[in-house]
Formats: sequence, structure tokens, C-alpha cells
Amino acid sequence: MYAYSEFDRAFVRDRVSQYRDQVKRRLNGSLTEDEFKPLRLMNGVYLQLHAYMLRVAIPYGSLTPLQMRQLAAIADRWDKGYGHFTTRQNIQFNWPRLIDTPEILAALADVDMHAIQTSGNTIRNVTTDQFAGAAIDEVADPRPYAELIRQWSTDHPEFQFLPRKFKIAITGGSDDRAVIRAHDIGLQLIEVQGRIVFKVFVGGGLGRTPIIGQQLHSELAAEDLLPYLEAVLSVYNVAGRRDNKYKARIKITVSEMGIDLFREKVEAAFERLRPAFTGQDLSVLGEILAVCQSPSFLEKSQDVYFNALDSDTQFRTWVERNVTPHKHPSYASVTISLKGHGNTPGDASASQMRVMADLAERFGHKELRVSHEQNIVLPHVAQADLPEIYRQLGEHGLATANIGLVSDIIACPGMDYCALATARSIPIAQDIALRYERRESEIGDLKIKISGCINACGHHHVGHIGILGLDKAGVENYQITIGGSAGNDAVIGRKMGRGFSVEELMPALDRLIDRYLALRVDPSEAFVSTVQRLGTTPFQEALYAIDKAA
Amino acid sequence: MAAIKLPVVITANDLLSGEAVYWHPSGIWSSDLTGSKVFESLEQAQASIQGVVSDAEVIGAYLAEVLEEGNRLVSRHYREGFRARGPSNYCHGKQECLREKAAV
Repeated sequence: MYAYSEFDRAFVRDRVSQYRDQVKRRLNGSLTEDEFKPLRLMNGVYLQLHAYMLRVAIPYGSLTPLQMRQLAAIADRWDKGYGHFTTRQNIQFNWPRLIDTPEILAALADVDMHAIQTSGNTIRNVTTDQFAGAAIDEVADPRPYAELIRQWSTDHPEFQFLPRKFKIAITGGSDDRAVIRAHDIGLQLIEVQGRIVFKVFVGGGLGRTPIIGQQLHSELAAEDLLPYLEAVLSVYNVAGRRDNKYKARIKITVSEMGIDLFREKVEAAFERLRPAFTGQDLSVLGEILAVCQSPSFLEKSQDVYFNALDSDTQFRTWVERNVTPHKHPSYASVTISLKGHGNTPGDASASQMRVMADLAERFGHKELRVSHEQNIVLPHVAQADLPEIYRQLGEHGLATANIGLVSDIIACPGMDYCALATARSIPIAQDIALRYERRESEIGDLKIKISGCINACGHHHVGHIGILGLDKAGVENYQITIGGSAGNDAVIGRKMGRGFSVEELMPALDRLIDRYLALRVDPSEAFVSTVQRLGTTPFQEALYAIDKAA
Repeated sequence: MAAIKLPVVITANDLLSGEAVYWHPSGIWSSDLTGSKVFESLEQAQASIQGVVSDAEVIGAYLAEVLEEGNRLVSRHYREGFRARGPSNYCHGKQECLREKAAV
């Protein structure tokens, strides 16, 4: 994994020092809130419904055990003993006091972390496949490129005041686990005639105008990555709308301009900018690649593993749901569910964070990942160690075998915390998880995603079942979409009709799921496949059967 | 924007903690909605907001609609209700305070 250089450390410490002074001046009255707000936001400090919230960047979702332990220490010392892992592979603390935020940032800097560019109209944390470097279907590890983009985009003077925030996702697998086509720029590493190149998508995004990204370049040479990104950003920076916040994302720019004209402008900008990149970027990439090596995989006897598979049905179920094959045959990637039934999706207590850090240290080559689905991944563990990992996870409420099932819900913080939310998400997720706990194995793969407002942080548009919480005349109301998908076949779900009140929502979901169970060819046909085969009409009828009956 | 329905209280977020606070007749900001100064006149409320809000104490003051139920004040809109009660998933923030009070 990449480690900070002295330059990086000095840069982050300088920012902490600047911010410490800014907080001091705010508290002594030298700065008004209007003056201070953009400064705190540049350091990831938001004001939410009940308290400040600090969003910490976890670059491409990668953490060391040391960093995870520091997050636990921050949760204990300055927050309420837990953290919330987000759909952008970051972590949020929901209760810091303003006066403590400089200390928290200093504590983050101690372990090479920060909260820079986790807010504002800048390039945000680059996200990637949680199985990067471990996945069987991977053409190349996307993390070195993500790191290159991180270094290029951090404090980039030209891109600090873009028309709107800007999100880049990158994947190296043939299966898109990073939802690249729902990002402003999506990058997919592919191999063409022995060369690693990028397929580039642009103009994807969810929010109030959900759009699946379009292909901008089919085979971008890896060495042209930064000049090409700079060209895309330069075109957007000039052409992006600044007159209307809701039309300011690049998806609107591309959509209004048309992909062909946008591409022409990018190509022209690229021709102009390319000569300015004289090899420094490639030299940095070389340095990153040199330190971002695969761990040395160990060969261990797998007897314990196979015996446990044979003798322990709960362990076997957990392996089936939460363990993913690894490029090394005797290794695996473990997804630790942060979706215990009835818990808040994505939350981990400080003690759970320490357990996960210890497991990564002892069994996982000192690597942890945050997935965009709000779980934690140990990307490299020997199969021989899986029984012991499972046992230890079980002791700390972390062995829920539900990855990909109904209860593995993505949910934004919603109106329990977020100042922008129009309805709650968390209690809805908790209710669903508890309601279907006993039936979810029978139901099979089903991704439910819940957003508490139209900004769609819960990715509801790409949920097999999407739930959007709205304010309907002063009452929480939940709209349902179905048939969305976040993978290679990314598609926006279809809105079904009128929304449901809190009381109506669970019975409506029952009708939807019962209809699926009645219509599927067999248990191997997942919910979304049945929707694709039959269309949405039968499901819409099930949802609104109650209206017809009335 | 919909017209504000009376009565209203003045609410904001505390500068140090970010907590939702309410203007009380005693001239302090309190985390309790109960006991807030209730305005039956929009003009008075708007005039008061100019007078009482200090940038050194609170952030983003505005008028929140309430209902008077007997001796109790309740928020008219559920968003304000959540601000006044705290999150529903943990006993944190105001819920923590309520629990502590109940335990005393």
C-alpha cells in the first residue's frame, strides 16, 4: 500500500495548523460564520441536525490497522464511541464539538489521514473496488491509479472551485463493483493486445437527475490518464453551469452539450494540455507502483478450513455469503457485515473497529477496505484462517452472514442526522432487516438501497428495490423504484407510483417480495432477474393492489 | 415557500456543539424546546430574531413552527421534531440528556 512521503505529511500538518487557527478565530469572534463556513467545509466539518459532523477521507477505501485503531480512538475520545462508514468509502463522525475538530484532524494526520476535499465543489475521494488487488477478474490493480489521481487532485489549484462536486471511481475488474457509471468520471482498466488501457465513462450520477455515464474514450493509454482527466475537468470547469446548483454537475453539461461535442472539446483540451505533462506524473506513478505491491501470500494447511466447512453449517453459510474467491487459490477476501439485523447500516463501534484492525494485523496482511456498500473487507486472508476469523467476528457481533441479502442495505444517515434529508432512512433499514431476517435466505440476492432525500446518497436509483424518503405535506413518504442495478449492466430503477407512508411501507414491500417469490422461475433467479424478464408491471400491480381493492 | 404558521419559536444550532437550541424568555439559548419563548406574531418573532441572535453563540437561527398542547410545546413538522428529540437509532444527543434526567 502507498505510504505518505514527507511532503504529504508536511502538507497535511500545514492544513491542520491553518484550520486550528481558523477555529480559534471563529471562537474569538474574528471570523463570522459566513467567513468560517467555507473554511470548515474544506476540512470536512459539516453542521448537521444535532451536531457537527466530520467526514474523513479514506483514500480508495484502504486502511491500515493503525489507521483503523486511530479512528476507534477518535470515536472514543471525541465522539460517541462509533463511526459511520459511508457509500463513498469514507467514515463520518456524527458528534464532534467544533473546538475538538483541530485535535481530531491532528490525530488523523498522525496516521497519514485527513478530511481535505470531503466537501465542497472539488474532486472528492476517489473510490474503487473493495477487492482491488485480490479479485480474480482483475486486469490490473486500480489503487496505484487511484493514488495518482488522489495526489494530482489534492489541492489542485484549478479545480478547487468547480461548478459542483466531482466524483471519480475506478475499477480494474471485469465486474464493476465500484459503480463507475454512476460517477462524474468512471474509469475501467482493460487489457487490449497486452496493453493496460482505460475505458473512460463520463456524466454519470444519481441525485435528482439520475444518469448512467456514457463512454467518452474506449482505449485511453494509461500514461495519458492525468492529462486526459485534466482535459475533462478543464472543459467542465468552463462549460459547467454555475447559474443553477441543480444543473451544475457534469452529467448535465454532457447531456446538454451531447457526448460527441463534449468529446471534441475534451480532445482539443487534451492536445493543448498533453505537452505540459513531461513525465513527472509517470515518475510518480512508478514510485507508487513500486510500493503498492501484492503481499507475499503464505501457503498454509487448509485442513482446518475444509473440516469447518463440513462440520459447521453456520460457518459454511457465512463463507457462502461473506467470502469471495481470491486471485491466489488458497486465499479469500472476507466481507465483514456492518449490517447486523436491526443495527444502523455502516456503523461500527470503536471496539468493533479494534477487532477488525486486530484481525487485519494478524490474518490479513495489514489491509482493510471500506466497501461502498458500507461493509469492511479483509482483502487477503488465507482460507486456513477463516474459521478463526469467523469465530472472533462472532464474538463481537460482526459475523452476520448476509452479504447481498435483503438486510445488506445501503442507507444514508437520513433525517436522523442529515440537515438535507427529507425523511428518515435508518429506521426503515432497521425495520426491513428485522422483518425479513428469517426469510432472507429464501428470498436470495436482493439489494435494497435507501435514500433520505433526492440527493440519493443511499444510491436508491440503482437498488434492485430503491426507497426514497420524501416530505409529502409534512408527513414522511417513501417512493419505491425497482429494477435498478449498479454493476456492468448499470440501470436506473423505475419509479412505481405514489409513495407510501411509514405504516404502509412494510406491507407494500411484503407484497412486492411475495410477488417475486411467486413469479421467479426457481430460487436461482434473483429478484432483479425476474424484474428484467417480466418487466415491472406485475410488481407495480402487487404494490398497488391495495389501491385497486379500495 | 409556504407561509409560516403561528405560533413559532426561535431556533438555531449552538456554535460550540452544533446542538439544536431554542431561545428562552430568560434570555438564554437552551437545548430544550419546552420553555421556549413562543411568538404569536410573525413581525415580533422576526424582529426578535434580529435582536437576540449573536454570531458568537449560535449558527443559522430561524423560526420554527410549534403547537401548544396543554403545557407542552411540540414541533409542528417532523423535521423539527427530530431536532428537538435527537436521533431515533441511538440514545444520543438530546435522547441521552433525557435518559440522564429520567435516571436522576
